[in-house]
Parts: sequence; C-alpha cells; structure tokens
Amino acid sequence: MGVSGDADPSFALTPSGNLRRRLAVSRALVAATVLAAGVAVGVLIILVYFVAQRGASRLSLGFLTKALPLVSFGAVSGGIGPAIAGTVEIVLISTVIALPVGVLAAIYLTEFATARVAKPVETVLEVLSGLPTIIAGIFVSALLVTQSAYAAGVALAIVQVPLIARTSAESLRRVPEALGEAADALGIARWRTLTGIILPTAAGGIVTATILAIARAAGETAPVLFTSSAFGTPYQLNPTQQVPNLPVEIYNLANSQDPAAIADAWGAAFLLIVLILLANVGARLWLRHSERKRGL
Amino acid sequence: MSGWWWPLRGYSARVDPASSAAALAGRTRLTRLNRVDRVASRALRWLALLGALIVSLGLLAIVYQVITGASLALHRFGPGFVGRQQWSPATNQFGALTLLYGTLVTSVFGVAIAAVLGVAIGLFLSLMAPRRVAAVVGPLVEMLAAIPSVVLGLVGIYLIAPFALHNIEAPLHRAFGFIPLFGPPGTVGNSDFTASLVLVIMVVPIIAALTRDIFLTVPRELRDGAEALGATRWEMIRGVVLSTTPSGVVVACILGFGRAIGEAIAVTQVIGNITQVSANLFARGDTLASLIANQFLTPVSALHTASMFYLGMVLFTLELSTILLARYVSRNFGRRQWA
Repeated sequence: MGVSGDADPSFALTPSGNLRRRLAVSRALVAATVLAAGVAVGVLIILVYFVAQRGASRLSLGFLTKALPLVSFGAVSGGIGPAIAGTVEIVLISTVIALPVGVLAAIYLTEFATARVAKPVETVLEVLSGLPTIIAGIFVSALLVTQSAYAAGVALAIVQVPLIARTSAESLRRVPEALGEAADALGIARWRTLTGIILPTAAGGIVTATILAIARAAGETAPVLFTSSAFGTPYQLNPTQQVPNLPVEIYNLANSQDPAAIADAWGAAFLLIVLILLANVGARLWLRHSERKRGL
Repeated sequence: MSGWWWPLRGYSARVDPASSAAALAGRTRLTRLNRVDRVASRALRWLALLGALIVSLGLLAIVYQVITGASLALHRFGPGFVGRQQWSPATNQFGALTLLYGTLVTSVFGVAIAAVLGVAIGLFLSLMAPRRVAAVVGPLVEMLAAIPSVVLGLVGIYLIAPFALHNIEAPLHRAFGFIPLFGPPGTVGNSDFTASLVLVIMVVPIIAALTRDIFLTVPRELRDGAEALGATRWEMIRGVVLSTTPSGVVVACILGFGRAIGEAIAVTQVIGNITQVSANLFARGDTLASLIANQFLTPVSALHTASMFYLGMVLFTLELSTILLARYVSRNFGRRQWA
C-alpha cells in the first residue's frame, strides 16, 4: 500500500464510511475537551473582569487607609483601612502558629516517623485539610468563647497547618536521599544534616506552601466569621479584641441595601482577589525558580 | 553546598581525629561537640514529634469540642435529630433533615456538572494540549480554586444568580415546568441551583487537577500502541486512558464532593436561606454549612446553638465518610498493574 504510489481503491487516503464516522466522533469529543478548558478559563476571566469593573475604580489612597463611615447611606466615602490592617494582623498570628507546627509535623513524617506511625498522622492531615472551614470557626468559638484576633488566628491556623504540612512533606520527600546519606557517611550529626542540608534543599517548596497558605488564610471567611466578626469599626489592632478584616467586611457589605456599601464591597473584593492571585502567581514562579536552582 | 549555613559552618574543621579513633576503638569518651550534637539531634526529634502531636491532638480537640457543644441537642433529640425535618428557632424545634437534603442536592448536582467539565479539562491538560498551552491553562484553572469564597459569593449575588434566573431557570421552567425538579424560580435567583453553580466553580479545579495527574500516569506506550493499531484519538482515550483509571476519576469526584458539602460562605450568600425540603431545584434552600454561617452569631437559645454544633457533627461525619470512601475506592480498585 502506497509503496508503489498507485491508488488502491480498497484503501482510500480520505476516510469514508465507518472511519469517517469514527473520526467525526473523535474530533467532536476532542473539541469538547478544548471547549471545557476554554469554559474554565473563560469563567476565571469573567469573574476577575466582573470584580475589576466594579471594584477597580473604588481603589484610592483614601479607600485603602480610611475607616468606613458609621452611616454611609448614599455617600461614597470612607474606606477599608482598618480591615486591611486587621487581616494582616490575624494572618500574621495564624502563620506564626501554623508555620512551625506544619513544618515540624512534615519533618516528623518524612524524617523520623516509622511507616506505622506516619500513616495515622497522614490521615489526620488529610482529614484536617478536608475539614469544612466553618467547623474550624465553631470549634474555636467554643474553645476560646470570646472573640479576638488571637481566636481568629487560631481558626485560620487550622486551615493553614494541613496545607503547609502536606506540601512541605511532599517537598522534603523530593530531596534526594543521597544528600542525607552523604551527610551521614561524613558523620555529620542528624540535626546538622536536617537544618543545614535537607531543609535548605526543600526550602523552595516550603516557602511556596507558606505563601499559598497565607493567600488562602487572607481570603477565608468562615473561620473568622465567629471569631473576629467586628465590622466597620475604626482602626483596632489590640489582638485581645475583635479586629475588622477584609472577608467579614465584604460579607457584611454585600448584604447591605446601600449602593455605596456595595461599591465598597466590590472595592475590597477587587483588592483581595488581586493580592491573592498575585500571591499565587508569585508562589508558582518562586517554586519554579528555586527548583531549577536546586536542580530538583 | 550550604557552607554558609550556621549548622555546618566550620564543622568539618572541628572533627577531632583522636576522638574518632577513640570512638572506633570502642571507647565512649565524647567531646563537647559530640554532646551538643546528641542533645540537639534529640531535641529536634522531640520538636518534630511535638509538631505531629499538636496536629493530631488538634483534630481530637475539634471532635471533642463539637460533640460537647452539641451535647444539649444530643440529649434532647438523640440520633433522631438527623431525621427531623423541622428547624424552627422560634419554637425550639430542630432537626437536620432539610439541611442534609439541601447539602446533598446542591453538592450532588454541582459535582455532577463539575465532574464532566473537570474530567474533560483533565484530559485536555494531560493528553491534548501542547505542553506550552497546558503550562498556561493548567495554572489558570487552578487559580479558580484560589478565588476566596466570599468574593465568589459576591459575584454569585450580582452576576450568577440573575444570570441563572433569566437564562437557565426561567426557560427551563417554561419548557419543562411539569417536571417537579424545574419548578417556578424565585424573584432574584437565590436557589439550590445557583448554589450548585457556585459549587461547580469551586470543584472543577479540584477534579481537573486530580484527573490530570492520574491520566498522566497511563504509560505512553499503551496510548501510542492503541493509536498505532488504528484507534482514533477518542477511542484511545476511552479504551486505554479512561478504562484503566476509573477508580482515580471516581476518587477525584468524591474528593470534589467533600469540598462541596463543606462550603459555607459562598453558598449562604446565594441559596436564599430557607429551611424547607423542596423537589424544586429553583427554590430557595439551605445547607448544613450555610445555615451555621447564617445563624451561629445570632442564636435565640442555648438549644439553638447546640443544634448548630450537632449540624457541624453531621457535616464532619459526612466529610469523614467521603475521605474513607475515597480511600476505600483507591485501595480496592486502584493501583492497577500495567501489563
């Protein structure tokens, strides 16, 4: 066939009959997968555009620094300064708790635990990472009773720990075993190997996990809704008190009947979405950069 | 490589040949450095164990607190709480049935749509797209999962709900109104259906990412072999890729379902917050998580609060069962050996 170049009527080069049908089915379904990917990317673009269209014009120095007016009906004034400061504060508290706990748990899993002990700990992390965030909220509100920035930090830490621990463990596992074995062969103490060789090699993944966990915590509403529900207050940074924060602010402003308040919600949502998407892009680039540098 | 790093700085210079020789000879006189190293290594080990313990005890504390919080409702209603339909704070009557129903309807419907989209995207990213296209589209799809639920809910109120009302709910009701599922829509688009659409956006990136990774594990030789035998692209996918990874696809959908049932904020913003069991997909409703989000800060009685903790218990049990189910499926039906 085709060797002599003669046209063989029983083997046409253009599909016909059954083959044509099969190819048509195949092309249609391949096109459907492309369409599905297009829909997902399209939805992302529409979401970001919709928020940007309503929120971008709201951004100004005053909006980013001033507090919300007590009564804003009709007047476009005030801003989300206290909420930004509060979000930074509670995410800081939460990361300070979650980063060491998460990384230590990851080190335990990959470096010390036997398979029998590692399994239940991994299950715990899996359950925690699937835990509905609203349960983290009601848990902390039952545990600490009074609302405060600390309570919100603890609730967000419950969201962050499994993220940090699982990604860190993944990146610790990817450190070539030869590195640790070489250090052992040189008689280097375990803690020096860990802190001096294994952790720095895995640092790219751990930093990425932390950035993603910070971005995640900054946008979480359910854990802070019952632990720091202050809304529309002036600047308030005392961590033993409730602090206003962006997600709760958006949540409350969105339910308002006042067009000015809804405009403020869009402004805050735009700021939040831009920061979170930038953090995600940044974390990805950082991971790629550090993995290339480490030759992983 | 990390010579600047303090644990290793000047370390090799301090190794004492005499003590090494002593150690080799079986004598156990330790240098000061040896002793520091031993304490530090042990301390690090204990610290790491502490981290793992905090995580594990944390989960136990969550379970304990939620059960304790629910104790009042547990005594009052017992296990029958799950089957009680009424949720009325005014008369102190509480039951989980309507909310369980709302949770299952919105999640099942949302995951059904998300599964089709997600698996298609997984196929596109793993088998269809040129590498450069996949490297851009993949992260973009995952970005969908990064959008905070409160922002998604805000867009849900002002874009998705009106869109669903005018372009999907109303036409479907006009055309298929005789089916109870497509009953009369509300006035602003707050409904179980709208909540499902919001959940689709949250679940698609999860299913897409998980299935992509699974499809990538199918050996290239098998795929090439099928195409060399004359299979079309789709026949190759159906015959080689999908038929060898059904458990992975099911697990991805189960995990997506687990994500969907737990979502509180975005759902509470668009579902309408009414505790009723209605076959009508376009009617307002409520879910376990969204009711907690909506009423937890304004309880009318201690029993009301306890009942919400009970709802949390039900939600946690559901979540735990999805994880166990996912494990069971991947353990018993996964890990197919490549011939």
